[in-house]
Amino acid sequence: MAEVSLRKVVKRYDDVEAVRGIDLDIADHEFVVLVGPSGCGKSTTLRMIAGLEDITDGDITIGGDVVNDVPPKDRDIAMVFQNYALYPHMTVAENMSFGLRLKHYPKAEIKSRVTEAARMLDITDLIDRKPKQLSGGQRQRVAMGRAIVRNPKVFLFDEPLSNLDAKLRVQMRIEIKKVHQKVRTTTVYVTHDQVEAMTLADRVVVMNKGKIEQIGTPNELYHSPATRFVAGFIGSPAMNFLPCRLEESGGKLNVRLTDRLSFPLPPARAARYQNLPRSEKLLLGLRPEHLTEANGHAAPGVENFETVLDVTEPMGMETLVYFTLEGTYVCGRVNPSAGARDGAPLRLAVDLNNMHLLNEGTGAVL
Amino acid sequence: MSALTIDKSGPTRKVKYGSMSRDRTWALRWSYFFLTLFAIVALVPPIYMLITSLKSSAEISAATNPWWVYHPTLSNYKELLTSNQYLRFFWNSAMVSVIVVAVTMLISVPAAFALSRMRFWGSATLATGVFLTYLIPDSLLFIPLFKMFALFGDYTGIQLINRWYVLLLLYPTLTVPFATWIMIGYFASIPKELDEAAIIDGASWFQTLTRIFIPVALPGLIAATIFAFTVSWAQFLYPLVFTTSTDQLVLPVGITTTLIKGDVFNWGQIMTGALLGAAPPLLIYAFLMDYYIAGLTAGATKG
Repeated sequence: MAEVSLRKVVKRYDDVEAVRGIDLDIADHEFVVLVGPSGCGKSTTLRMIAGLEDITDGDITIGGDVVNDVPPKDRDIAMVFQNYALYPHMTVAENMSFGLRLKHYPKAEIKSRVTEAARMLDITDLIDRKPKQLSGGQRQRVAMGRAIVRNPKVFLFDEPLSNLDAKLRVQMRIEIKKVHQKVRTTTVYVTHDQVEAMTLADRVVVMNKGKIEQIGTPNELYHSPATRFVAGFIGSPAMNFLPCRLEESGGKLNVRLTDRLSFPLPPARAARYQNLPRSEKLLLGLRPEHLTEANGHAAPGVENFETVLDVTEPMGMETLVYFTLEGTYVCGRVNPSAGARDGAPLRLAVDLNNMHLLNEGTGAVL
Repeated sequence: MSALTIDKSGPTRKVKYGSMSRDRTWALRWSYFFLTLFAIVALVPPIYMLITSLKSSAEISAATNPWWVYHPTLSNYKELLTSNQYLRFFWNSAMVSVIVVAVTMLISVPAAFALSRMRFWGSATLATGVFLTYLIPDSLLFIPLFKMFALFGDYTGIQLINRWYVLLLLYPTLTVPFATWIMIGYFASIPKELDEAAIIDGASWFQTLTRIFIPVALPGLIAATIFAFTVSWAQFLYPLVFTTSTDQLVLPVGITTTLIKGDVFNWGQIMTGALLGAAPPLLIYAFLMDYYIAGLTAGATKG
């Protein structure tokens, strides 16, 4: 087991820069998820760690050794692919033991490792089957088993759950987490699914356009996003962004959306934003759960307003409501018993204690 | 037109479904018609060969129904199978074909692997080049090739012309490009994650080829093998041009040159010899047909 470091790593294909100088330190035993939209460079980064892609510039170290020019087989890593990449002509046991057999491990050792991994992944009964006789979830388990038996320094997962249906994905997500709790191998996991990233990771690395936007624990990213991209990417439904500016009235700081609508800031927020220029174009970032039905009790930092709902989406445990607030399409989350109906008026409450202010130009969270 | 009229006056308005199934029915009828036609065209010659091979020379030249055997005899088979000359042709053919198949596979499988997977400078051009080579017909090549081998003999003193083993050098020019092309198509259909997984598992390029690609691409490999064998076994022009002594001849040329004496055609033996000669490829096809089709179609759609 080992830590992994990336220092100013660049990947250039002809004239396209896929990864643009990223720095990342992954601690021993850590589970790090690289997440971002298609083409953000997350898979390229993983493949550079694996050694499947050459790096154009920078350094990658695994366990303290620079591995820039070390071939994949000598990096002591194991990789799980999106399409499983099981060897179709080999049985499950042969698939799992292929790497060990290439390295001429003793037969008894191979057998015990395969048995142990199969037991951990609950595929003991499938050990003599060929991949085509397995379901998608079982194949993914075998692919993980193939990684586990090698007992490598680092596990690399490249969108391993993307080919599974929604229900199985949730189940396998838990399996992966369980396996990591048992083997504690340093893991780098790539996904485009922010839910997967949040649920699995010790730390999440949000990537966009070949750069790292923010690194943090799932909660840090959710509650204290650094940029508009992270704020909008993490969380589902996504954060609402409303154009606004700050203004002073009667010695109090207000956030003004339009001529008609402004909210007074709660004291903690007012103190934080006190020094911002008043004329600057800003965005008010509000997560849907901070736009709820008004409950009639006044609370500090909670402001009520009237709106007419456009569309409602009953989810069972909550109802998502969509409406236009001063020209911006906004999503809120209300209690199913709040009486939200398509086209009906509803009194909503905005919780400004959890608001974010962003610079509209730079996208930075202030 | 009549079908259309019936449809219009029909009691129900299932015009669409009706026409769908009618289309299908007609498509099937036409398919059967043409398939039967092709089957007849393809099967008549071997059946005629079989009938003639069972006749004596006297019966062949007699003015009787050529499609019927009145006095069946195995004398043609006996004579050929006890003739050292015919067995020699058979042996030459077998030896040439087996060696050519082996050489072809030894060259084309690694070549196809390199061209489809290793992505070196010019690999794509080279892959197209391999296929273009195959497009040049042997009837264009045999004259310069003959000249080349003759010159080679003059300069080095190593005489290759009129030796059966010259065919071992000639046939691969026909078999290697096509076999390589089939294998490129087949290898291309193997997802690249499979070799990446193998590389991470610690396999070298050679191990990836022998332990992953060859087993996975076995149908393609078998298709290429059958192809190479058929081409070698049936090749007529090269052995006709390059070999002349009877002990150096292969089957197709041997039959035509030794069983036709001047203007005397020994039809019974010619037919028997050809029929026996057709047997080995036929048997191989019969056993490996499914693999052959799988291999060819993979090459066709993905290559």
